[in-house]
Amino acid sequence: MRSALALLASLFLLMAAAPILAQTAETGGATLEALAARLPDGDFNDRAGIVSRIAATSDPRAAALLDALLEGELERLNADGRIVRVTGPRRQEVAFDALTGEEIGPLGRGASERIRVNNAVRRAIRSAVGVLTLGSPDPAVRISAAQAAFSGPDPEQIEPLSAALAAETDPAIAKLIAEARAASILADGAAAPADKVAALDTLTARGDRAALSLAIAAQNDPAPEVAAAAGDTRDAIERVLAFWDAARNVWFGISLGSVLMLAAIGLAITFGVMGVINMAHGELVMLGAYTTFAVQQAIVASAPWLSEWTLAFALPLAFLVSGSVGVAIERGVCRFLYGRPLETLLATWGVSLILQQLVRSIFGATNRAVSNPDWMSGAFQIGQMQVTWNRFWIVLFALAVFAALTLLLKRTPMGLQMRAVTQNRRMADAMGVRTGWVDAMTFGLGAGVAGVAGVALSQIDNVSPDLGQSYIVDSFMVVVFGGVGNLWGALAGAFTLGVANKFLEPFAGAVMAKILVLVFIILFIQKRPRGLFALKGRAVEQ
Amino acid sequence: MMRILSSTALALSLATAAAAQEGPIKVGILHSLSGTMAISETTLKDVMLMLIEEQNKKGGLLGRQLEAVVVDPASDWPLFAEKARELIEVNDVDAVFGCWTSVSRKSVLPVFEELNSILFYPVQYEGEESQRNVFYTGAAPNQQAIPAVDYLMENEGVERWVLAGTDYVYPRTTNKILEAYLQAQGVAPEDIMINYTPFGHSDWQTIVSDIKAFGSAGKKTAVVSTINGDANVPFYKELGNQGVSAEDIPVVAFSVGEEELAGIDTAPLVGHLAAWNYFMSVDTDVNADFIDAWHAFIGDAARVTNDPMEAHYIGFNMWVKAVEAAGTTDPDAVIDAMIGVAVPNLTGGYSAMGANHHITKPVLVGEIQDDGQFEVVWETSGLVLGDAWSDYLPESAPLIANWRAPMSCGNFNTETGQCGGVGQ
Repeated sequence: MRSALALLASLFLLMAAAPILAQTAETGGATLEALAARLPDGDFNDRAGIVSRIAATSDPRAAALLDALLEGELERLNADGRIVRVTGPRRQEVAFDALTGEEIGPLGRGASERIRVNNAVRRAIRSAVGVLTLGSPDPAVRISAAQAAFSGPDPEQIEPLSAALAAETDPAIAKLIAEARAASILADGAAAPADKVAALDTLTARGDRAALSLAIAAQNDPAPEVAAAAGDTRDAIERVLAFWDAARNVWFGISLGSVLMLAAIGLAITFGVMGVINMAHGELVMLGAYTTFAVQQAIVASAPWLSEWTLAFALPLAFLVSGSVGVAIERGVCRFLYGRPLETLLATWGVSLILQQLVRSIFGATNRAVSNPDWMSGAFQIGQMQVTWNRFWIVLFALAVFAALTLLLKRTPMGLQMRAVTQNRRMADAMGVRTGWVDAMTFGLGAGVAGVAGVALSQIDNVSPDLGQSYIVDSFMVVVFGGVGNLWGALAGAFTLGVANKFLEPFAGAVMAKILVLVFIILFIQKRPRGLFALKGRAVEQ
Repeated sequence: MMRILSSTALALSLATAAAAQEGPIKVGILHSLSGTMAISETTLKDVMLMLIEEQNKKGGLLGRQLEAVVVDPASDWPLFAEKARELIEVNDVDAVFGCWTSVSRKSVLPVFEELNSILFYPVQYEGEESQRNVFYTGAAPNQQAIPAVDYLMENEGVERWVLAGTDYVYPRTTNKILEAYLQAQGVAPEDIMINYTPFGHSDWQTIVSDIKAFGSAGKKTAVVSTINGDANVPFYKELGNQGVSAEDIPVVAFSVGEEELAGIDTAPLVGHLAAWNYFMSVDTDVNADFIDAWHAFIGDAARVTNDPMEAHYIGFNMWVKAVEAAGTTDPDAVIDAMIGVAVPNLTGGYSAMGANHHITKPVLVGEIQDDGQFEVVWETSGLVLGDAWSDYLPESAPLIANWRAPMSCGNFNTETGQCGGVGQ
């Protein structure tokens, strides 16, 4: 116990001395001013080298200087070579001395040259700034500092990381700092093999791809015990990752399935329940996406504080827009063509072309940007699997739409009439159901759901006039495979195809996976022409 | 009714043929205004109209006014050939500016050869072609792909490569060239991953996580993307959401320009790269004038400019200069006069037409900024002449193109000493 304490004490002493030692060794006595003046010289690799030397000066102004460089605000005056920080809106920039902060005033065109940064320099800055901010009182800053240090391993970081590790009170952050320190130890050619083996143990505990990458690199270590330990670490991590890869494929499949189901479920009503081949279904989805875009523009223009809620406003509107276009298609075209599938197909195909060109004329041919709200950006971690928020919400949304539709069809008078008309039109007519009206409402419902799907798809795909075309084939595939006339068929069909596709993709590639799925469906339809969930009884014979 | 109309048109065209010397010089514009490619090609139609209008303000060409004839091939490849024929035979145009995809160019080639007219093709393409009637003002692979890979190797120390592309001729040929080039540079075959996706692919989850897995083998990894058109938006969104930052795995794209970025929030993409011969952000006076003229013409100061627009700018000015030098719009005279013509490009230098019908251009590598623009981080020290036949593919290495007399050949085989090597 006592010897451990003594060791700790001497470590502390070492750490206190380390920055000073590092300073003289690293900068060769150069001051921050001298180093800053050399920033514009040479290529990006030279600049990255100067960045780490600036960080090593431990000058209090270093962090701000590097931050300005990272933001691309540093420029060199052509007149006297002074390094300035330039801020302000375009063409009204004001320059300040980068080190003293003295205001120099507005710059004329061509009076200065920007000090460019690329990825390599940015990486160097991030890891340098990371080390400088390890002692920040803000835990979020410390976390990002530790992460930056982990992704930019550098033997120079070992000392400050050890110091920070000793001072850290939050165990979660301490773990991150220990991992960053381990990564830096592995990058240090002079580190003792025992330290490296200990570092590899830390990485095994971390167990993600970044750790795996470091372990693979460490397998080339000259010390045999380090190489062996790196091999063990690699095996251990790969075993864990193999499990998570399978889980990941299932999740991707579910996610793809939910998109397929959203696109297809409106069709499951119009094609599946009513038997109308609606080639304009994809365009109804596209109209929903454009409604989202229009709502977003309106909100940005009139009420920017609502912008996080764009989707909530867009959902009912998209349902109404696509739904009323759907009713118009049914009343204007399909009504006259019931029982003539080929003519319906051609007529609705024509409608789809008209809708596409209409949107192209109004909104232009180029893609429109629909921004993702904050709660749909980024990802969260489950074990070693990353789940992106937008896909996660879309899966939940697809299930909600499915539940709502099922309830509507099974539990409401409108649903009852719909089922009655599609099962036996003449009998329903005789019972006093207004069959024409029910046809229009059913078609409108299917179209409206397509519009709602468009709102969701605007979050993951292009909002362009061609949006619908890329989904129409997949939608028909899902409905035919799942079984015509059945919402559960659409659900099962979509998820089966999604998961199958995602399990094939890693082995066969995206193009081949799609072909294989199509071949599978063709074979399946040969065996069971009515799909997974075939309707039984008299309704089928009509 | 149709018949009356068409016979009137025929009569009119006969009449104009007779009076051709007095009438305006006609310029054909063959870009899709509807269908999937309208997204990219509509802009090129507009920029051509602008260039023609400016030339007319300067007094036209050979003392005659220029007149644009716009047709819409509707992103339909066979229709491109029909519309090209219509432009040359019916509308009697003297030069055509058009096409975007390689397949549309391939479909019009026989028409231009048969009717002996001139096509200016403004888009970066896979090379392996040189045709007497076509002038390629976009980049060949050695003007875009290979310098970009060099940049990543030298400045980012990349050792492992993902070549991701859409499944059609341009990415497949470009990736074949890049694979041969990388292996010649000593990259091991297991450090190259090639991945193709269908057109309009929208579910990138698996591929992005495969890229992440490929990138965690202890070597610096980069993605070289020849992913085309609309598929880019979901690809970049997925990269951003899965947290692949440019500092970890940079993506360098050959089909993503300012126009494509207009549909994306670029904040998560800062640092990803693109290689082109022009960026809107290039700080030269001639570029500033071009952008101002474009904004005034289109009436929208938010519109961006991009590389294929610059290619049309160069191509149109070259054609004007060649016609002035030849003193006539006769195709044979203009084709001969084109070689060696040099005009200013928008990056502050001069581009010249080579004997292989490709042009000299600087190569720029830019990083995406949060305002949807590119910041140039690297450029070639001089101009690079487009190479019609790649030196890195064994079947095309011995081929050269030279349309100067006496060789006058697009695929001269230096090994056999004969014209007519293998083409694609």
